[in-house]
Amino acid sequence: MIEASALSKRFGARRALREVSLTVHAGELVAIIGPNGAGKTTLLSILAGEARADSGGVSRPPEEIGWVPQQAALYGRLTVAENLRLFARLERCDDVAAAVERMLAQTGLAERAGDRVETLSGGNRQRVNVAIGLLSEPEALLLDEPSTALDPGQRERLWEFLRGRVDGGTAIVYSTHNVQEAERHAHRVLVLADGEAVYTGSPRELEQTVGASGLDFEAAFVEFLRRRGH
Amino acid sequence: MRWLLLKDLQILWRSPLLVALLVIYPIVVAVLIGLALSRGPEKPRVAILNEVPAGGEVISLGGEEVDTSLYSQQLFDAVDPVRVDSREEARELVRDGDVLGALILPSDIPFKLQSALEPATVEVLYNAEDPVKAQLVRDTIKSQVQDANAALTRKFTGVALGYLNLVVSGGSSSFLGRDFAVLGLGPAERILAQARASLPPSSPARGQIQEVLDFARLARENLDLSDELLGSVAEPIRVDARAVEGAGSTALSSFAVALAVTVSLMFVTLLLAAGTLALEREENAFRRLVRGLVSRTALLGEKIGLAAACSLLVALVMLAGLALFVELDWSRAPLWAAAAAAGALSFAAMGAAIGALAREVRVASLLAFMVSLPVAFVALVPSGTVSGAIYDTTRVVSALFPFDPALTALGAALDGSGGMLLPLAHLLVLTLAFGAAARLGLRRFD
Ligand SMILES: Nc1ncnc2c1ncn2[C@@H]1O[C@H](COP(=O)(O)OP(=O)(O)O)[C@@H](O)[C@H]1O
Ligand SMILES: [Mg+2]
Repeated sequence: MIEASALSKRFGARRALREVSLTVHAGELVAIIGPNGAGKTTLLSILAGEARADSGGVSRPPEEIGWVPQQAALYGRLTVAENLRLFARLERCDDVAAAVERMLAQTGLAERAGDRVETLSGGNRQRVNVAIGLLSEPEALLLDEPSTALDPGQRERLWEFLRGRVDGGTAIVYSTHNVQEAERHAHRVLVLADGEAVYTGSPRELEQTVGASGLDFEAAFVEFLRRRGH
Repeated sequence: MRWLLLKDLQILWRSPLLVALLVIYPIVVAVLIGLALSRGPEKPRVAILNEVPAGGEVISLGGEEVDTSLYSQQLFDAVDPVRVDSREEARELVRDGDVLGALILPSDIPFKLQSALEPATVEVLYNAEDPVKAQLVRDTIKSQVQDANAALTRKFTGVALGYLNLVVSGGSSSFLGRDFAVLGLGPAERILAQARASLPPSSPARGQIQEVLDFARLARENLDLSDELLGSVAEPIRVDARAVEGAGSTALSSFAVALAVTVSLMFVTLLLAAGTLALEREENAFRRLVRGLVSRTALLGEKIGLAAACSLLVALVMLAGLALFVELDWSRAPLWAAAAAAGALSFAAMGAAIGALAREVRVASLLAFMVSLPVAFVALVPSGTVSGAIYDTTRVVSALFPFDPALTALGAALDGSGGMLLPLAHLLVLTLAFGAAARLGLRRFD
């Protein structure tokens, strides 16, 4: 579905990504975890076609990938519906009105449709942000720390929503620094540390790799990084 | 692209402060300039103490009555006169700043003018606290006094010439009420010649008379030339003013209109272009847009087009508003529109370059203001007020920004002074250059 091979990116002397490869299949939910500054955003924005890698390639053109950046990319002065309509038009959706209606219904924002985005709470804004990423019904969806601005209830609804998508065959990659979230929802995790992919596999295997039973996943993760010298 | 344009208009419309600013600012500027132009320069307020007794203004020059109050009236007309009754009062008004200066006409002016033995003197008091105002008072009075001087000198010359004529040709005149006849050099010469002829050839007086005759002829011939000489004394230097630099220089009112419109055009366009572009980044939408939805170049084109179109509209409304105060040649309206459009495009490209540098609307607006003020200032530095090298530098700097060519193009469009093609070409080059700079600036954010 999405294949990224040996992506590298430098910011001056800093190596934000070092030869990171990743394959995501249809109906798969992959979490990218790692401490702040590990390179999660850099990786996702290259996959999304927003940034260019210094070397390496991505198999899918950006137009076929839905993208939900970490910071809501919305026009505050426009209403929820106007934002959706604008991006639906720019994405050249066949039926703009239907796409807007669908996303309003799916994200539960129908009654806020006429409100300006600048008046929304952080959580609702993030829902609009997610909705825009899904307007064109992409087969692959990338989300950068999608749950950060949400309260537990909203978070739960987001995961329900994303699971529904995955069950429908969408490939989803999301980043988080909340390892529990990765353990609970992801089929597979990619652990990034200092721009390096130090682990790919299921959350369960990561725990086994550390080999310390009785540790919860977060503790296992920290232990794993410590042993790798990060 | 059109959806983006629509979106920007919608956002603009929902920024009431900005819209108000864009609408009100040009109207206020237009009205201010219009009022300033239609009122004309104000006359300085000057206290006048006229000590010349009523009826004493008429003097007699060579038998001719001359009313000197005509000249003082001209002087009073050039200022906003405040009549006072004493020197103390005049001095006080000047000191308190109620008037810019005081003019005192001493009672002996007519007498001195008539006797022509020593120059008549008018006294001027002024407050030197404000050098500009002091200069204004001095200049106004000086130029009026010079006019009066020239007129009086012509009169004096006329009188002197009359006397000279009398001496050369002879005739009758009156002095102190008594008529008398003057023989004149010409008749004297004739009489002497006859007297000489009647003398015996051996008489020694013949030679002496011949000498007197020679002198009389020489004097007559030379005095005949003196009317030309005196005529030139009446006006030793004539001012023949002619503008050299600023070929076909734009009339003051057209210049003020062009300046008002260019300044508004600059602020409105720079702010709009820089602001709308920076907004895309401030809202993070830029990243979403450029991944396949809109090309960076198209995005830039949209912002430049939007800003230029809005500010062109503002400029045309302003011109129409100014036309209420200043006479503008409506048949040249297509030229104004062309000049304003070229200027708007150029400013918009410059604004986009500023917007490409800034991530936030506030930073972009601040940058736009900070750049435009010195650009306008530098473009308006007149030659001769700074040293040659600095002036040349200001010319070069001005040429790098659209303000100067936009002002020139608009001035030329308004009153047909000078060609429009050169400034329009200049604006086109700047549009392309700033557009390219903006495009480069956007690439930085890959
Ligand atoms: N535009 C940029 N310029 C310079 N350095 C950057 C830029 N973006 C990210 N970095 C650096 O690259 C590294 C990875 O950043 P990022 O991908 O944002 O990490 P994460 O999302 O995992 O917190 C960090 O050290 C960050 O400081
Ligand atoms: Mg990040």
